[in-house]
Amino acid sequence: MQNDTAKITARGVQVYYGDTHAIKDVDVDIAANTVTAFIGPSGCGKSTFLRCINRMNDTIPVARVEGDIRIDGEDIYDKRVDPVQLRAKVGMVFQKPNPFPKSIYDNVAYGPRIHGLSKDKADLDGIVENALRRAALWDEAKDRLDAPGTGLSGGQQQRLCIARAVATSPEVLLMDEPCSALDPIATAQIEELIDELKQNYSVVIVTHSMQQAARVSQKTAFFHLGNLVEYGETSRIFTSPEDTRTESYISGRIG
Amino acid sequence: MPLSWILLLLAAIGLAAFFLSRRRAVGSVEGDARRLHSLPLYYGLHGAMMALAPALLLLAIWLVVQPMLLDRSILSGLPDDAIPEGSTPGLVMSDVRRVADGIERAFANGAFSEGDLTALTTEDVGAVITGGGTALGTPLTADVLAAARDYWLARGTLAWIMTAAVLGLALIGAAWAIRRSDGAFRARNVVERGVLVLLIAAASIAILTTVGIVLSMLFETSNFFRQYEWTEFFFNTTWQPSFSGRGGSSELGIIPLLWGTLYISLIALIVAVPIGLFAAIYLSEYAGKTFRSIAKPVIEILAGIPTIVYGLFALITVGPLLRDAFASPLGLGNSASSVMTAGLVMGIMLIPFVSSLSDDIINAVPQAMRDGSLGLGATQSETIRQVIVPAALPGIVGAVLLAASRAIGETMIVVLGAGAAARLDLNPFEAMTTVTVKIVSQLTGDTDFASPETLVAFALGLTLFVITLGLNVLALYIVRKYREQYE
Amino acid sequence: MTDATAEGGAGHGGAGQGSLLARDTRTARRNAAESRFKLYGLIAVCIGIAMLVLLLTSILMNGLSSFQQTRLQIMVELPEDKLDKSGVRDPEVMSKVTTFGYAPLLRDGLEATIAEAGIETDLSAKDAADLISDESVAQLRNMVLANPDLVGQTIPVEVLASGRIDGYYKGRVTMASAELDSNISPEQLVLADQLKAAGKLSTSFNWSFFTAPDASDTRPEAAGLGVAILGSLYMMLIVLCLALPIGVAASIYLEEFAPQNRWTDLIEVNISNLAAVPSIVFGILGLAIFINFAGLPQSAPIVGGLVLTLMTLPTIIIATRAALKAVPPSIRDAALGLGASKMQSVFHHVLPLAMPGILTGTIIGLAQALGETAPLLLIGMVAFVREYPESPLDGGLFDPATALPVQVYNWTQRSDPAFVERASGAIITLLLFLLVMNLTAIFLRRKFERRW
Repeated sequence: MQNDTAKITARGVQVYYGDTHAIKDVDVDIAANTVTAFIGPSGCGKSTFLRCINRMNDTIPVARVEGDIRIDGEDIYDKRVDPVQLRAKVGMVFQKPNPFPKSIYDNVAYGPRIHGLSKDKADLDGIVENALRRAALWDEAKDRLDAPGTGLSGGQQQRLCIARAVATSPEVLLMDEPCSALDPIATAQIEELIDELKQNYSVVIVTHSMQQAARVSQKTAFFHLGNLVEYGETSRIFTSPEDTRTESYISGRIG
Repeated sequence: MPLSWILLLLAAIGLAAFFLSRRRAVGSVEGDARRLHSLPLYYGLHGAMMALAPALLLLAIWLVVQPMLLDRSILSGLPDDAIPEGSTPGLVMSDVRRVADGIERAFANGAFSEGDLTALTTEDVGAVITGGGTALGTPLTADVLAAARDYWLARGTLAWIMTAAVLGLALIGAAWAIRRSDGAFRARNVVERGVLVLLIAAASIAILTTVGIVLSMLFETSNFFRQYEWTEFFFNTTWQPSFSGRGGSSELGIIPLLWGTLYISLIALIVAVPIGLFAAIYLSEYAGKTFRSIAKPVIEILAGIPTIVYGLFALITVGPLLRDAFASPLGLGNSASSVMTAGLVMGIMLIPFVSSLSDDIINAVPQAMRDGSLGLGATQSETIRQVIVPAALPGIVGAVLLAASRAIGETMIVVLGAGAAARLDLNPFEAMTTVTVKIVSQLTGDTDFASPETLVAFALGLTLFVITLGLNVLALYIVRKYREQYE
Repeated sequence: MTDATAEGGAGHGGAGQGSLLARDTRTARRNAAESRFKLYGLIAVCIGIAMLVLLLTSILMNGLSSFQQTRLQIMVELPEDKLDKSGVRDPEVMSKVTTFGYAPLLRDGLEATIAEAGIETDLSAKDAADLISDESVAQLRNMVLANPDLVGQTIPVEVLASGRIDGYYKGRVTMASAELDSNISPEQLVLADQLKAAGKLSTSFNWSFFTAPDASDTRPEAAGLGVAILGSLYMMLIVLCLALPIGVAASIYLEEFAPQNRWTDLIEVNISNLAAVPSIVFGILGLAIFINFAGLPQSAPIVGGLVLTLMTLPTIIIATRAALKAVPPSIRDAALGLGASKMQSVFHHVLPLAMPGILTGTIIGLAQALGETAPLLLIGMVAFVREYPESPLDGGLFDPATALPVQVYNWTQRSDPAFVERASGAIITLLLFLLVMNLTAIFLRRKFERRW
């Protein structure tokens, strides 16, 4: 599994929620400029593991993370690392679109503003436009940047959230079931977008849909009961899984 | 016959109706309860209900209506000059009632007998009833005595008619219910409909209360405005009731009172809103479980403390402290009662009010908002200031409006802490007064419901009611809209 | 969508670029702001707690001493020729002797006590007698009238010391303040100290504070809460008997039966508004409707109880509805499924399950009502009442009475500073009642709390 070009390397990661052992000894390498999918039945720990990568688990008081996760070779759980800086580098898109109750512009500008990324207003306008373009929302939103973000449709809201994440120029994008609350058409748009995003970012996507994983990802990791069962090229996982549990899941016998 | 006897008799009739109805129902199916439509109990309850409900209703209406009609007929029988200068029909009528009570008592303990009735002179009656412990407002006149005699006789007769009518109605109801009790009769449905009517009546008391509040104040307020110009009341900047004569020289402008009220409320909100809001934010976003579980109830104790306690606190601790520490050294006044005293203490009272409302509102902001912001690398305080508070803003505004309405209507703290002098001033260490203080002072002690100095309290009350009602309705509307947004 | 990627990875340097291990100054600044913000929150919480502590300390410091009272132990001779010339020991006859007849007895008794203790004093007998509360004379008279056989004996009597002497032992009166005070002189304080040394003057627990009625302006030492506690109790009784059934009935209707229509909406709006109407407005309602219109007597617990009932109803209704809502629909469905009528399912199943919640809400509503002051001022409960009301069965609900919080207000309006102590003591008593009620509510909630 060792990979020299790996963006993220995880070794021996354990996560506990109080007394529950949610993630058991997971090792994984995530390559740059690829889409990596985490699949598995619900409750298998795929989202939990995803939230370790930008230390969102820190916000849950009972969660405890052990092991070693490195981005570009730097231990993100090092005492010197500020989660605030980390999360600017590792953006996140959530299951349900969660635009802030602000205008579209302010939603996208939120990250650059708090991180102080723009020199002036014109600069900020540029960042916002760029982010909206990358999230394929510019054409729909350019005439109503002052309209509230909550007024958009579900798919647009999720693209707004992607634009919001992209605006801080992260290197990694984490997506936690980004299409689960969307209809098929909006899902297709987001999937197309993910495919384009991989040119600039390392994308990690959690999905409960195997078809989606097959469509968008190059690498797939199968989680089951907190264990990483199998990890490899997406095409291989779906055609010739090595582990019987993977095979059972893919063929629909468990899950 | 005293009321308690009527009630006892009614209870007996009800009980009898209960057993007779039940027995007849069970008897109609030869004791086979399975063939009854409802359980035997319901036939009994139906009997009791039919016996009691109409009778009690009649009794209640009678008790309310009779005094009104009787008063009117007695008053119309009085000659015009029976109402002395400076008195009102109401006062004369209460004298008439008192004399009638005196006559009744005198009959009861044998001081008068049936034959004396027409021969009674004002002197004997005056002596007897004053000896019996009844005090009269004015010396007894022949007119009043005659009216009292009529009143007493009419009251006696009416009481008998009422007793007969009520008991008769109860018996008729009971008989009707017993007759209807057979196996096919749907007793349960009727009883349940009756219970439902009771429930509706209970729920409607809320409406009755509001109507009562509005009507009572409207009525007296209109009396007030008949004696005092409404423009003077709303726009005069002086509050100076005179107690020497009736009306005339009094100046009853609400503006200085409103100013005091608003000034004190403003200070209270300046104290309570930041502290309450920050406390709510800390407790809901930062505090650990243990700290929260201790600090939150401790702060909420402040909300359970009666306002008289805060009033005393203002009077004996905060007032003198402010005077000695700030007002006197700074030369801003030497009154312990001041706008600042009342405002600060009221602010303390409002802290838990603001904090628990804000806490609820902040907790209603979905976790997804926090995650979204934290996921972008915002710190917790950035998340709170730039996402959570703006998202919760309508709710917080609603909470502040509710707190303002509390502050404006608060009485005991200002009665004990703010002072009694109506003043239009900016110095917060000066004693000022509020609408509520003046309501209390105009309506306690000797009150004369014919003078504008007393009646003005109702106009003040109505103004207060309208202001707080407006704030409450607005606040509740905002908070409801806010909640719907996140549901 | 192609234009989205046209610019590739170019653009602005992100915040996350560069090493994670090196902190930039901006992040440090943001973290400092974070700590400051957190500190503000902590300070706010601490201010809230500190205010509670300050409030309670202030009241306790001022009021605890009212539970102690200074008394004098003296021997009083009750001569027959002065108190009962007829010699028949008929209280009816003996009551002709007014308190003026008894005052010299106490004076003589104190003089004898002073002599017996071997205390030298320059004070005249009259000045020495100022150590005794004026109230004690009436108390002695009542004692004798209640037990005429005491006449002719010399009995040990424990009498109240005057308010200033009591204040001297509570630190309110000092030698220096006595110099300026026309009611007490330093010599009298010296005498008091001597009596204390001789064991004739002592300070003990003040039971009469809870049982005695109010006393006049000049006799703070005798003022007690008896009538006020009784009055409050009567009113709570009325509130309980009216507000609980009405509140529960209203809640059942609104929660279980009410159709979605204008009338229901109107009721709902009214209830939420009544909960926020200033309490003094209810006082105006009580004055206008119950006293002026219905002709009920002023100062009577019945009027106070009715007003407080109307004020408490919204609280009870809101709590009851929450309790009813917490009963899961499955319970109702189960009963309805067995063929019970809607009414039966509510009264047999839902209501009993909601009872703990309803009781908790009721106790909290009662606690609120117990502390309510403003509306009671308007219905005349602020009057000076010395007579205990009769028992409720004998029409006591219509007798004049006062209430605990109103008594506090009443005492704050008196000039003698000793009444500040009394008022604070009354507050402590009130708070103790509230504490007990709230603890009961918490206990009930803990004990019967159910998670569905």
